[in-house]
Amino acid sequence: MNGPQDLGGTMGFGPVCPQANEPVFHGEWEKRALAITLASAALGEWNLDMGRHARESLPPHVYLGVSYYEIWTRALAQMLHERGMVTKQEVQQAQMLVPPVPTKKPAASAAQLQAALATGSPYDRKVNHPARFAVGDVVRTRVMHPATHTRLPRYARGKVGEVVAVHGTFVFPDTHAHSQGEQPQWCYGVRFGGTELWGADADPTLEVLVDCWEPYLMEAAA
Amino acid sequence: MTHPSHPHDHDHDHDHEHEHDHDHGSELSQAAIRVRALETVLLAKGYVNADALDLIVETYETKIGPRCGAQVVARAWVDAAYKARLLADGTAAVAELSFSGRQGEHLQVVENTEGVHNMVVCTLCSCYPWPVLGLPPVWYKSAPYRSRAVLEPRAVLADFGVALPADKTVRVWDSTAEIRYLVLPQRPTGTQGWSEAQLAELITRDSMIGTGLPKVPGAAA
Repeated sequence: MNGPQDLGGTMGFGPVCPQANEPVFHGEWEKRALAITLASAALGEWNLDMGRHARESLPPHVYLGVSYYEIWTRALAQMLHERGMVTKQEVQQAQMLVPPVPTKKPAASAAQLQAALATGSPYDRKVNHPARFAVGDVVRTRVMHPATHTRLPRYARGKVGEVVAVHGTFVFPDTHAHSQGEQPQWCYGVRFGGTELWGADADPTLEVLVDCWEPYLMEAAA
Repeated sequence: MTHPSHPHDHDHDHDHEHEHDHDHGSELSQAAIRVRALETVLLAKGYVNADALDLIVETYETKIGPRCGAQVVARAWVDAAYKARLLADGTAAVAELSFSGRQGEHLQVVENTEGVHNMVVCTLCSCYPWPVLGLPPVWYKSAPYRSRAVLEPRAVLADFGVALPADKTVRVWDSTAEIRYLVLPQRPTGTQGWSEAQLAELITRDSMIGTGLPKVPGAAA
């Protein structure tokens, strides 16, 4: 979706302001925000792409106006509300008012979460069809503006680039975010010249690498 | 206010909360109040376990961070065979040093050379190689960096005090899929014979994102 998350090339946000010796967390609430976000995800009620879609679906003025941990927790609350797991009234009153609903997985123990963090969740999947493109192929990204989740940024749509890597086959976020299955697709590293993306005034030394699932791509001549 | 020119991430409530976090709720920001309420309800309903929450915080506060990535880079600087494995299969090579896990399942290491400088961004969210760098800094997740890194990386580098030769290729990796990128910076000159531990001290977090360069030997830290 063309939401507030799709920031590449947007102007007006000012300079990048790195903070010297920045702490990992800026206050206790950020620690708790991280912890409840990861622990809740372990219940299996939503996947990574659904989580991302919940964040990008926040109203733009909210998304662009709050810190990233607040984006996380607002999206977490929304996902909990949508599934009837936690009601808005419960958050407002900070207490349980209705019984919990069954979840796909039970609450993870510390040991289970430790193991899950250490192994992660690989997103590569086996498929039976061959890759359509190979390293060196010149491709064009599709012009598309789905109202649903996608990982092809606006700045890289309708652009010609060169395949520089065939990463393998991965869960397809465009369907996975919407309960339409993993539908794994080939994923490629595609290199775009700065002038292809931004025009003649672009930095001539710039190359941008974008990882693109096969449905985002077509032959350059097409 | 501690971040006067941070138009996006800068957040009054946030800073206020930071200063008064120990006041037992009397001065908490709306964000902190919401998080506390969510945690309370999630615990009461049995959706999460308190010791699991503490484990997550402890893991990312004390165990996983950019010193992990610095060990990887230092090893690559002294061991050509390791470097070759690292560039061929980042995930497997960092696992040799016992680094693995969430947000590092598919790791690719990209090497800076005389001709190419690499820089990593996630324009769409906050994708970052957690097992080797820990959690991302605020600026990495914020609009100024995410919007400008793919458009004008040299101007972004200037915000970090980094100037590259005018003819050097700047290669920006937008983390749009599940591959996570780690920059292998160039080994500074004047470090012949240095141990891995000594070299690791030169390797900053930003040098592994590509918004910085390793420290120069002998320069003030």
